[in-house]
Amino acid sequence: MHGTDTFPTGALAAKSLAADAEDRATAAALGAERVPAPPSEPDFWPNVHAPDAARTVTADVARLAPVGRRHALLVFLSNPTAVAGLLILAVVVGAALAAPILFPDDPLEMAGRPLQWPGQNPRFPLGTDALGRDVLAGLVHGARVSLLVGASATLAGLLAGILVGATAGYFGGVVDDVLSKLIEIFQTVPGFILLIVLVAIAQPSVPAIALAIAAVSWPQVARLVRAQFRAIKEKDFVAAARALGFGHGRIIFREILPNALPPVIVLASVTVATAILMESALSFMGLGDPNVVSWGSMIGTGRDLLRTAWYLSAVPGVAIVLTVLSLNLIGDGLNEALNPRLGGEG
Amino acid sequence: MTTRRLPRILKALRRTALQAVPTVIGILILNFFLLRLTPGDAADALAGEAGAATVETLAALKSKFGLDLPVLEQLGGYLSNLAHFSLGVSPRYNQPVAELIAARLPNTLSLMGLALVFALVIGITLGALMASFAGRPADRVLSVVALLFYSIPSFWIGLMLIVLFSVKLGWLPTGGAETIGANLTGWDAVLDRARYQILPALSLALFYVAIYARLTRDDMIEVRTQDHVRTARAKGLSPFAVTRDHVLRNALIPVTTMAGIHLAGLMGGAVVVETVFSWPGLGRLAYEAVMGRDFHVLLGILLLSSLLVVAVNAAIDILQAWLDPRIEVR
Repeated sequence: MHGTDTFPTGALAAKSLAADAEDRATAAALGAERVPAPPSEPDFWPNVHAPDAARTVTADVARLAPVGRRHALLVFLSNPTAVAGLLILAVVVGAALAAPILFPDDPLEMAGRPLQWPGQNPRFPLGTDALGRDVLAGLVHGARVSLLVGASATLAGLLAGILVGATAGYFGGVVDDVLSKLIEIFQTVPGFILLIVLVAIAQPSVPAIALAIAAVSWPQVARLVRAQFRAIKEKDFVAAARALGFGHGRIIFREILPNALPPVIVLASVTVATAILMESALSFMGLGDPNVVSWGSMIGTGRDLLRTAWYLSAVPGVAIVLTVLSLNLIGDGLNEALNPRLGGEG
Repeated sequence: MTTRRLPRILKALRRTALQAVPTVIGILILNFFLLRLTPGDAADALAGEAGAATVETLAALKSKFGLDLPVLEQLGGYLSNLAHFSLGVSPRYNQPVAELIAARLPNTLSLMGLALVFALVIGITLGALMASFAGRPADRVLSVVALLFYSIPSFWIGLMLIVLFSVKLGWLPTGGAETIGANLTGWDAVLDRARYQILPALSLALFYVAIYARLTRDDMIEVRTQDHVRTARAKGLSPFAVTRDHVLRNALIPVTTMAGIHLAGLMGGAVVVETVFSWPGLGRLAYEAVMGRDFHVLLGILLLSSLLVVAVNAAIDILQAWLDPRIEVR
């Protein structure tokens, strides 16, 4: 390979894919950095199957070829910070799944003497709050809400973002103009204020909060997908698909979308992180679902006792930070594994 | 030079106006439909206050407020109200919404400004450090630190800063905007306000510190490989001078562009941070409006903050056309 000394920067190539400053920032914020060394022999690229393609493999082709799944997985797993993120997330997911078994009682019920500090009573390793509720039980049950809202909001946001972005990027012209304007409008409106308005109008419940978060996070996905589609639809294989008489739907979903997905997957992990942050901020402000315990609401109620019992606010916050950090670490690792192109071009 | 600048700026102005006008119209329509979605209209509220209302009086009230007109005509009425800078009256404060917002806006803007300064200074420093250690363990560690900053909720770090600096150390106040009853003037008043502003601005800035650190790092590494930097090095400048005058300076252009784009995010972040520190700004007003179900105030804030973002971005666009002749006017 050539020029290993030129230190690659992710933001640079993101620009060529997604020409906007914002996408550039996303890529930078995601931390597109070191490129994994491209393999010297094409055996590493299990997806290059067609005889023609195999014959034309050069260093350049290998460098720019889409990454094979197994290879990406290897790169991801050899990244210590990404693996650390995966482990943290596994613990959180495990806690969320095991919550009904570990703490079968309602976490909103009184469990012991109020305001015991962490470590004071072995029955409550993280202490109890002003109403005598077990902080650890709240933490474990809160993980369910955070992950549920984060995942469902991201799923809905991805769906909407991909549909809008793909339509705009694929068809171009007036359709693109209108949809781009729509995306721009939603990105101009301060997202968190819109989120508050939506939740206040819709009345807080877990599904409503998830949908409201999706409503403020889809524009970023749409923007990225649109840029990807605009770049990919010019490629030869799309022209070939068109020449074969495939319909728009098939070209969009079967031909272009799979190739546009890697950066979207990276964005998705960061979107889950952002969604969790938004949910926690909402419930901290008292706009969360009042019937479930969540990390944000625990911090919100602990806030009144900040002077005397600051652990009540500190402990759930650490849970949020660790979960969000793990998702961001995973996003970073995915970015390095899936988008080596981002840094390949100098 | 200036003679050639003027047409360029005029072109930029035209382009910006062409882009901004549809955006503004879209924002207005979005606001109108959100307003219509809010539970209970003005007639319901008045009828509720009266205690009892027949179907006829309710209908009369509705026609008085124009609520029985077709949607499009209502939209027209809404727009004409806006054209007269009327955002409605808040029943809670018994004050026009526009006045309420105008009273709080300067506080929020000063908080956002200070947060942006913190974010840029700390972020660029961190990013420059990361770039100079690129690929080495120090860079790796700082990257994770930046990612940690990126993952911390602003309201939580705000509370923790209060615990440390206000409760434990007693250095800074826990909240509010100024010492009540101190009647300070001149320099003392400025210092007093600054003391109240440090912690909220820092909490708000942390997230953006991470973004700017990474952006600066990547941009610096990109710029470093360019020819003019090699030339500067070849002419014998010290590594520090090369970094400061040739690498950092060029790497900063995209960073400053981003600062404009982050305005909307900062505004949203300010809402949460202000409730933590009881900072009397727009965010605090929004919070009170939510608690009192005062939708006119809430939508007024949403509308004005959106328009502010449009205006600032347009200003940045024009400023850049002024500063950098290479930026093509499309």
